[in-house]
Amino acid sequence: MGEPIVQLRDATLRFGDREVWSGLTTDIVGGEFLAVLGPNGSGKTSLLRVLLGLNRLASGTVTVCGRPPRRGSNTVGYVPQQRAFDRDLPLRGRDLVRLGLDGHRWGVGRPSRQARRRVDDALDEVGATDFADAPVGLLSGGEQQRLRIAQALLGDPKILLCDEPLLSLDLFHQQEVSSLIDRRRREAGTAVVFVTHEINPVLPLVDRVLYLVGGRWVVGRPDEVMTTDVLSELYGTTVDVLRVRDRLVVVGAPDASNDGLCGDGHHHGSHRDGC
Amino acid sequence: MFFDLLRQPFVQHALIAGAIVAVVAGVIGPFVITRNMAFAVHGISELAFTGASGALLLGVDPVQGALAGSVVVAAMIGVLGLRDRERDSVIGTILAFGLGLGVLFLSLYHRYATAAFNLLFGTITGVSTAQVELLAGCGVLVLALVAAMYRPLMFASVDPEVAEARGVPMRVLSIAFLVVLGFAVAEAVQVVGVLLVLTLVVTPAAAAQRLTARPGMVVVLSVVIALAASVGGILISLTHAIPVSVFVSFISFGCYVMARLVGSWLRARPGRRGATPPGPTGAPGSGAGVTVGATG
Repeated sequence: MGEPIVQLRDATLRFGDREVWSGLTTDIVGGEFLAVLGPNGSGKTSLLRVLLGLNRLASGTVTVCGRPPRRGSNTVGYVPQQRAFDRDLPLRGRDLVRLGLDGHRWGVGRPSRQARRRVDDALDEVGATDFADAPVGLLSGGEQQRLRIAQALLGDPKILLCDEPLLSLDLFHQQEVSSLIDRRRREAGTAVVFVTHEINPVLPLVDRVLYLVGGRWVVGRPDEVMTTDVLSELYGTTVDVLRVRDRLVVVGAPDASNDGLCGDGHHHGSHRDGC
Repeated sequence: MFFDLLRQPFVQHALIAGAIVAVVAGVIGPFVITRNMAFAVHGISELAFTGASGALLLGVDPVQGALAGSVVVAAMIGVLGLRDRERDSVIGTILAFGLGLGVLFLSLYHRYATAAFNLLFGTITGVSTAQVELLAGCGVLVLALVAAMYRPLMFASVDPEVAEARGVPMRVLSIAFLVVLGFAVAEAVQVVGVLLVLTLVVTPAAAAQRLTARPGMVVVLSVVIALAASVGGILISLTHAIPVSVFVSFISFGCYVMARLVGSWLRARPGRRGATPPGPTGAPGSGAGVTVGATG
């Protein structure tokens, strides 16, 4: 594994009086795949926002590539969860990807052959060339997420922050999208922080799990963290971790539907094949 | 007789003003639609009415009054930084009050009937040289500001989550856009009046969206349609005793209907996305073949 990309030291995040998590200490190294798990409201997305420089720690330190996180930095790529675009939205796949290159810059921007080639290369890399000229509102969830990865990779980031990128995709597309992310970290040594409700689709890729519950946390290899003892201690109640073939199922956690199981009452309207 | 009219300064003023307004409205329109702000446009224009009627009462240029009214209220909406639904209820509240205030101003003003009619339904034929200069100045300001923030504004409008993650200053852009919108709406009010502002600010962009999915091309087409409606409407109205706004809204709506027809035809062509439902080949069906542990 490579150099530490992210260093969190005794990091504590508060919103008003509420302590989201505290004392978080870990390094994320180049090429590592870190899955961030936990129930809703446990501060998974907030951790990404800290790394993006959008939220500030109440105490402790965080660095990305040796510096405090800075808004708009090219060292960080961001892949959001799939969302519905209006069918009418005047935006093609390639336009969405292009925004990742220079969408944050002021001005109109001149047509540039070099920029166009970079977008073409990025589209090609994720296998999105065929639908690059279609309006994003007409693309399937899997196609959209491939564009998202191309968009995030255009800045050539050292770390990829993914916030539920597989949510509402079917099994086939979950595998396709996660293997794109996996390829990137293997080929370019990009670290991956992968926020998810469900570890199973990425379980074979995960190097370490960061499990957040009610302000407390555990970090370690999946076989260290995803055990009945560790999660029971973390949740403060009896939680069973079952291994069913090659899948992990967490049973009995408060808000349990969010963990190993598929049902998820908080993200409505998402269809999730394979559950 | 038509060509004699074209030589008249008041007609030339009207055409120049109409063209400026159309370019401004056409450029801003696509952002209004992607940011879901049609109702805000309507609200801002009602406050342009309040400003203009207040200006009439005070004996000030109503164009300046309209500008002041709409820019102040637009900036207020922006600074409050409301979420979509709350924003609409606040705008509804403010616009109703503003309209009431405007009616009060007009009832205190002698020439109530004509003035009200002109403000509500548009009057372009009485534009003075000074007013054309003011409209042109504001138009240049709006275009310069939109050009300066074009890419981040586009990013923030179509893809807010990632734009924020990429460091786009969302709040600053949102306020800046509303101020620019305030200027643009006050301009459009001069041609089509308070009640028909959407026919220049929203309809051309809505039509353009049906014709292309290229973001830049949408802006171009939106400007072209707004120009056709505005300048065309003024030209037709020269020989008719009917307000300009009637023709502007007719042309604008006609373009929209045609764009919808052409748009559906474009999308239905074989090989195009939308013609056939998109789907990958060989994707496993849901449920079947999934391991036991996954059955939630």
